Amino acid sequence: MVRLEPRRQHSQAMVYLSPVLAIFMTLVVGGIIFAFMGKNPFDALYTFFILPINNSYGISELFVKATPLVIIAVGLSLGFRANVWNIGAEGQLTMGAIFGGGLALYFHDSESAFLLPAMFVLGAIGGAFWAAIPALLRTKFNANEILTSLMLTYVATLFLSFLVHGPWRNPEGFNFPESRPFPDAGLLPIIYDGTRVHLGTAVAVFVVIAGWLLLSKSVIGFQLRVVGKAPQAARHVGFRQKRMVWFTLLLGGALAGLAGLFEVAGPIGQLQPSISPGYGFTAIIVAFLGRLHPVGILFGGLIMALTYLGGELAQITLGLPNAVTGLFQGILLFFLLACDVLTKYRIRFGSTAAKGRTA
Amino acid sequence: MNASFMKRTIAAVAAVGALATGMGAAQAEDVKVGFVYVGPIGDHGWSYRHDIGRQAIVAETGAETSFVESVPEGADAERVIRQMAQTGHNLIFTTSFGYMNPTEKVAKQFPNVKFEHATGYKRADNLSTYAARFYEGRYVAGVIAGKMTKSNIVGYVGSFPIPEVVRGINSFMMGAWSVNPDVKVKIVWANTWYDPGKEGDAAKALIDQGADIMVQHTDSPAPLQVAENRGVLGFGQASDMIKFAPKAQLTAIVDNWDKYYVARAKAVADGTWTSTDTWGGIDSGMVDMAPYTNMPDDVKALAEATEAKIASGEFHPFTGPIYDQAGELRVKEGELADDGMLLGMDWYIKGIDAELPK
Repeated sequence: MVRLEPRRQHSQAMVYLSPVLAIFMTLVVGGIIFAFMGKNPFDALYTFFILPINNSYGISELFVKATPLVIIAVGLSLGFRANVWNIGAEGQLTMGAIFGGGLALYFHDSESAFLLPAMFVLGAIGGAFWAAIPALLRTKFNANEILTSLMLTYVATLFLSFLVHGPWRNPEGFNFPESRPFPDAGLLPIIYDGTRVHLGTAVAVFVVIAGWLLLSKSVIGFQLRVVGKAPQAARHVGFRQKRMVWFTLLLGGALAGLAGLFEVAGPIGQLQPSISPGYGFTAIIVAFLGRLHPVGILFGGLIMALTYLGGELAQITLGLPNAVTGLFQGILLFFLLACDVLTKYRIRFGSTAAKGRTA
Repeated sequence: MNASFMKRTIAAVAAVGALATGMGAAQAEDVKVGFVYVGPIGDHGWSYRHDIGRQAIVAETGAETSFVESVPEGADAERVIRQMAQTGHNLIFTTSFGYMNPTEKVAKQFPNVKFEHATGYKRADNLSTYAARFYEGRYVAGVIAGKMTKSNIVGYVGSFPIPEVVRGINSFMMGAWSVNPDVKVKIVWANTWYDPGKEGDAAKALIDQGADIMVQHTDSPAPLQVAENRGVLGFGQASDMIKFAPKAQLTAIVDNWDKYYVARAKAVADGTWTSTDTWGGIDSGMVDMAPYTNMPDDVKALAEATEAKIASGEFHPFTGPIYDQAGELRVKEGELADDGMLLGMDWYIKGIDAELPK
């Protein structure tokens, strides 16, 4: 018989080493899978993980792809630390894009320098508004925020679909479901010429730093950690659980909304029926990959972005199927969780301890 | 001995000749064709048929090809298209409407690469557009449905209310009414191109409402499979789906890109490629009808005759008079709807008892 036994003390170093170990084992297993598929594992791994970023354009695309993942994941991680499970970042992202993008469409002739900042604000408000609904339902009626936030994602996606098929459809677009292109004043400036790296990428770095300061230096950050790790102790010292729910959901929603706005005001440049390939969901993996720590999330976001880019190149140059991308992400998460379990528990063979107890 | 010497000499001369005529005229084997698909190649519908077209290029020209599947129609498309242009592809097909703006953007940055965008309307010197007149096939399907329905209710699973789909519904119903004026259509919008679960649920709901013919404008075989299980009839979409519904499929409106893709790859090879706007129908081979099955011989004969009349140009599905739901005359008696009207069609014809989502 095999049992898991909690370790009395677990190595602090392993908490940070386990993602590194997980990545290493993913590479090994990935290489074996490539070999079974008849590809040279070293060539395949090179194509997957090095080729996408062996030139400056590739690196810039990595940043573009990681930007929404990092921004959303930092927001989600604050909630996850306080046991607030916002699974609906995808919907909050969509509402942010609708609110901020709607402003750009309303002022589609505008050349005002105030348009873009106003879009930022509205994007954040849109996401926060959408996250406020699960917050209200949780604090007033004790409704599970996992369910409510997830369900609201579909509502948001359908609402966007309704808008671009109907009232916000481009009058010059032959009735196809897409909005007008945003005016230049409503587009994010490009930071490096010749790439798609936009202002949102700089904001993502800022969000990482702000998230780290909030978590490690502020009172509310301390409260978040206590509420998550020892809810009863938190109650004893008078930290209000409801306030945590509101704070983390609103902040997480606002950041997701901002990320959504950056997508439509950045690389896409208009509203269309699908604006995100599931960034809101992938960000959940990124948050855990980064140990719910802002700096870890930055690296987690970059690695996750790399698996997408590598998956595309593996299809183009090696003729591997698209499923390889999902496979890699799955293996990575599996090893990460496995390492976590083994950090906290040890495997015991046989049932000696159990016998001792019953005897 | 001499023969082999001669062969080598000829080869050498030919090689020098090829060099002399310049490197500009690429040989067939120098053509590298890239495809960007919106769905998985195993969808048995839209992307699957494009990939069959890609395989036709390989089989007939020996050109090197590659593809990326399930590329989201958002910020990612531009990177994928660009990576293809950067990795030596000189002809790139982007096979979904949502790739229009990214394709146009990358086409500007790579003037020496030829781009072909399916179902869009933006063109440039190195950017062609192409699409197929599937509404012709839908008219034939409508004729069959009008003859085969007993409940006089047809269930229609739509994807999105874009002109392509609305045009298909109008064409289908004109075909049905040409043989049976009592047919009614019930439409469910699945709001997806590919989601077997949602598509199947929509089909179940329609059959529960009395539909005994299932039509779909979504890409998976799910609605047709539901028809098979519930003992009603239906039409395949994009590819011949007879193996999913041997007792239910009447015919299928098959996308056939093979000829077009091979011709365009050859055009790049011999340097005759130019930017064009192609909208091919049954006559061009882009729209095929799968074998007519599960119907009596007279219905089959009628379907074949209708298909032939459309192919020969003797008959056009959108022949006036055509009224819209508000009763306004859109196409005058004896006239044909022009392509501009067809491409932007956002209204139902008179008699359709449903409201178009706005």
